[in-house]
Amino acid sequence: MAIFSLFFYVLTGILVCILYYHSANFLLDYFVKKKSNDSSIRAFIFIAPAFFILIIFIIYPVLETVRLSFFDKYGREFVGISNYIWAIKDPEFRRGILNNLGWLLIVPTLCTFFGLVIANLADRLWWGTIAKSIIFMPLAISFVGAGVIWKFVYDYRGPGDQQIGFLNAIVVSLGFEPQAWITIPIWNNLFLMAIMIWIQTGLAMVIFSAALRGIPKEMLEAARIDGANELKIFTSIIIPYLQQTILVIWTIITILVLKIFDIILAVTNGQWQTEVVANLMFDWMFRGGGDSGRGSVFAIVIMIAVIPIMILNIYRHREEQKI
Amino acid sequence: MKKYTFSSLISQFILLIFVIVWIIPTFGLFVTSFRDKDLLSTSGWWTSLITNEVNEIYRTENNESQILENNLYVIKSNLFENINKKKITSFGITSKNINEFIINDIATLKDGSKITVYENGDYIWTSEKPFENKKGKRIFITASSPPTFTIENYKEVLFKEGVGQAFINTLTVAIPSTVIPLIICSFFAYALSWMQFFGRDTLLALIIASLVVPLQMSLIPLLSIYNDIGALFNVSSKSYPGVWMAHTGFGLASTTFLLRNFIKSLPHEMIEAARVDGANHYNIFTRIILPLSIPAFASIFILQFLWVWNDLLVGLVFLDQVPSEIIITAKLRELLGSRGENWEILTTGAFVSMTVPLAIFFMLQRYFIRGLVAGSVKG
Repeated sequence: MAIFSLFFYVLTGILVCILYYHSANFLLDYFVKKKSNDSSIRAFIFIAPAFFILIIFIIYPVLETVRLSFFDKYGREFVGISNYIWAIKDPEFRRGILNNLGWLLIVPTLCTFFGLVIANLADRLWWGTIAKSIIFMPLAISFVGAGVIWKFVYDYRGPGDQQIGFLNAIVVSLGFEPQAWITIPIWNNLFLMAIMIWIQTGLAMVIFSAALRGIPKEMLEAARIDGANELKIFTSIIIPYLQQTILVIWTIITILVLKIFDIILAVTNGQWQTEVVANLMFDWMFRGGGDSGRGSVFAIVIMIAVIPIMILNIYRHREEQKI
Repeated sequence: MKKYTFSSLISQFILLIFVIVWIIPTFGLFVTSFRDKDLLSTSGWWTSLITNEVNEIYRTENNESQILENNLYVIKSNLFENINKKKITSFGITSKNINEFIINDIATLKDGSKITVYENGDYIWTSEKPFENKKGKRIFITASSPPTFTIENYKEVLFKEGVGQAFINTLTVAIPSTVIPLIICSFFAYALSWMQFFGRDTLLALIIASLVVPLQMSLIPLLSIYNDIGALFNVSSKSYPGVWMAHTGFGLASTTFLLRNFIKSLPHEMIEAARVDGANHYNIFTRIILPLSIPAFASIFILQFLWVWNDLLVGLVFLDQVPSEIIITAKLRELLGSRGENWEILTTGAFVSMTVPLAIFFMLQRYFIRGLVAGSVKG
């Protein structure tokens, strides 16, 4: 029964879509015989659906969110910047900002570093492909799934009990006290970040791996003949050569980290001082019947953090087009 | 022969450490999901992989089950309540000396009765006088327990906890949410690459800017639009078509951008030749561009499909959290709240949610990587 409705839903959705393009183009061919008209009307047919979706789902909401951030919780009365002032005074928001900064400093750095190291090591070893597959695998897993996986690793039982969490089992076997890792303020953020690093290192590794193949072999051989050791080659040739790639990976992971939400919601839901801005935003969408003013403020904070990267992307695209 | 230098050994060692750290969490989850639920809450998953020695206490039957056999009063039964694969190696009758006797030995108790325990848990307790104990005798055993695995957890999670339904719901969300943007964006990307119209460059800049717009910026206004539409037509504001459109909207920029980069890289002579021959843009698109774009489609399909499958936020906001609509990540999050200590349910549920991404990962890794390398920026 459920399977049947699945097929029904899926087919209708896709058929409606195909029907639009086919019939619109068919009608155009039928009514407009002149060839000169082909371009403009057909361009409209090609663009219209995507363009309207872009307007409805991205452009209008962005502008509306900016407006709502200056209005009360129902979006009716103009309240000036009082939502922003409230946010600055809100201890949860301050905590969220601090945590987000921590995430921004640590996660992209470690992902890029680990990714670069692993890509370098794996490309030289015969079992490197298998190693890369394993490191890469978490990228396919959802944040919530990864949250469950790691919450299980961090599981805590009382000091006398048999530990079933892997981390505590190691700690106990080394002779230390077991810890409830995700409830220790400040440090628990690091344990949550570990989940993100575990997921995203694979991404950095794959992109580095592709970029490393672009380094001319002659250059590396020349350096070896001149007597440079592997470490010297790594710091003086490989890193400068990969500068652009490092920047790209850094920005991709930074954007992901800015929006980090699922992991926090699944593992701690912001308790024990692990709050982040995106989770606060989700929370305020529904807390107390939903407060669109405060929720919008949080969304805008994330947006502002993204803007420098957006400008950088547009600038880079322009440069590419010139070449 | 390859020579093994010191630095190569170091490299192997470092990489091995990374691999072990990366694989262990997932492997632990995988193993745990197949373990017995009573066992997994008392022992770590790593203990289930090898044959273990366990010390346990059981009680025999009491005097009510005694029978008279050859002038001896006998109580015989099996120590284990349910069938298992444990093999007893030794047993004891006092807590001070729990492995005093080896199996098949005859232990003599203080009251003169004799008891023997066998490897499979069978025991015979004989006495010349009638048994008077109301409570059974405590028996301490040392047994080796071989790895045992079960699919009970999967049966429970899929059919009783509603994860099976959530799995189908997620497919209902994910397939159209992947195919629809692919269709719409391929036309859009073609227009951006090969058609002349007013404002083309502005539109392209808009797409690139939208690539990084966090989807949090869209949630509140969209939710109120959805609520208004729902109220206007007197229908639920949360529905599958609504979620498809939302995913189409959020995936539009990245899908268009990747497809445009690909379509733009096709040789323009081909398209111009077709134009000269009198083909219109629709024919060029369906007859020439589409067949050539299959590999690019595959990569983008995988990226978008995985993104939608793994998404939690959009599913939480635009779908009702009821059994017929809840998606698997939202279900998992719900279980984390309500069944926080039932690891057999959480691990199994998580593994069910990972089956599809992992299958795609192992079968189509090449396309997945190609898509990521082509530029994985997503709003």
